[in-house]
Amino acid sequence: MNTILEVKNLGFKYQLADKPIFKNLNFKVNKGEFIGLVGKNGVGKTTLCNILRGIIPEFIKGEIRGDVIIDGKNLNEYSRGVLAEKIGFVFQNPFIQISGIKKTVFDEIAFGLENLGIERDEMIERTNKILKQLKIEYLKDKHPTQLSGGQSQRVALASVLVMEPEIILVDEPTSQLDPIGTEEVFETLGILKEQNCTVILVEHKIDLICEYADRVIVMNDGGIVMDGKTDDIMSNPIVENYGVPMSKVSKLAYLLSKQNDVVFDKIPTNVDEAINQFRKGLNL
Amino acid sequence: MKSIELKNVTFVYPNGFSAVENVNISIEKGEKVAIIGQNGAGKTTTVKMMNGLLRPKSGSVFVDEEDIINKTTATVSKKVGYVFQNPGDQLFNSTVYDEISYTLKHDKMSEDEIKKRVEYAARLCHIDDKLNINPYDLPFSMRKFVTIAIVIANNCDVIILDEPTAGQDLFGITWLKEIIDELHSNNKTVITITHDMDFVIDNFERVIVMAHKNVIGDGKVNEIFWDFETIEDAAIKQPIIAEITNKLGIKEKIVKLEDLLDYLK
Repeated sequence: MNTILEVKNLGFKYQLADKPIFKNLNFKVNKGEFIGLVGKNGVGKTTLCNILRGIIPEFIKGEIRGDVIIDGKNLNEYSRGVLAEKIGFVFQNPFIQISGIKKTVFDEIAFGLENLGIERDEMIERTNKILKQLKIEYLKDKHPTQLSGGQSQRVALASVLVMEPEIILVDEPTSQLDPIGTEEVFETLGILKEQNCTVILVEHKIDLICEYADRVIVMNDGGIVMDGKTDDIMSNPIVENYGVPMSKVSKLAYLLSKQNDVVFDKIPTNVDEAINQFRKGLNL
Repeated sequence: MKSIELKNVTFVYPNGFSAVENVNISIEKGEKVAIIGQNGAGKTTTVKMMNGLLRPKSGSVFVDEEDIINKTTATVSKKVGYVFQNPGDQLFNSTVYDEISYTLKHDKMSEDEIKKRVEYAARLCHIDDKLNINPYDLPFSMRKFVTIAIVIANNCDVIILDEPTAGQDLFGITWLKEIIDELHSNNKTVITITHDMDFVIDNFERVIVMAHKNVIGDGKVNEIFWDFETIEDAAIKQPIIAEITNKLGIKEKIVKLEDLLDYLK
């Protein structure tokens, strides 16, 4: 498989911090993989995203060690513009992401394309496509600073997706959204995956990680503590020691197997799998 | 005794948009109530009327069975504390200590009493080692606990938490549970707005469902999450344990993991 991103011995210490937020991170990401990046608050998930996108060390200072290789080339060797096309980053706080200099949502979303010097017709076409995909056409003439939290979150996501990056980093894209809105954002991320876009998602909503991610990386104080297939990681009760809840489905199956002394073929991570396993294992 | 009562309340924003229409809600002292519903259903508008941050266009709001129409928001806020969805909307002091003690100082409380209250609230919110830090040097998830500590230190009778679990990890969610349990044991009324159904199930007894600018469901947690008509109308999802129970063909209205475990024993 094609490695699109490789992190080698990566460490970072913020300028005023006493100790590094993490050291010696090592992992490879294949093209088209959907990775859930989880862990308790403050272990450096957002910091890692900031490094991958080049925001650290360009705008946030500190001591950085190790290497990030994107498509075979060191991150330092990329120009800002090329990197912007390669990697998109949807911030945790949508109010920071929105530029504040455009008067309509449409212009806000097209802003990145404008900077890349894309032809006007193509710009309009791509912007319209994204508006439709994220179901926010009704917002296109609104002022970007007059949106609700949930609306801002979708506009921020749209402004990154429109760039059609090869890798997309998404930091808690649904913290302000209701369950239906959350599902819709995840469906959009699912579509990206089908289009062979590589997705790295920071998220606390574990049930959705289980449904969409191929692989989960768990970070804890200092670095990566677990890395593997989503089902294997999220059905392992150890994750709770790292501040990551097991999915409700897995937790139920895990406790059931202990309580009723049954052995399931495997601990399920989604509802349909659970129903099958429970029917079989418990003779329902 | 009724802690909060909204009678036929309608709210219209200055641009003419009406957010809620003829809402009736009555909450008893010491109750734990979750308000759920889609974005834009009017949840935040409704709770902001409970402490006078917003004033209804028509209808009345009662706190401790008294109409608040002639009371200032500052007065009502002493009884009804609202923790904003976005902590940035309410933090402005340079240390966590100053932030938590701000209104207490304003009320000319003795230094000793202030210290006692701040320490109690900070301990409960797991920020007792962060009192000298600027709130903006804390991550979002911890800043939320600073804002919760403020209403606890103020000893409000009613505490309204707007989306408290957003961005919280497992530890944060456990701390929120401890806080709610402590408030409840002190006979405080706890109201939350949330999209997190697991949080509702683990902490609240009663659920109010809002949609179409009004209340469309109000009842016990297990009744609401098995009321398919209301769930569909509010465009919410049945929580996972209830969904599994339903798909397994179990007829009991189970919503809690422990209850399903018990049933399957």
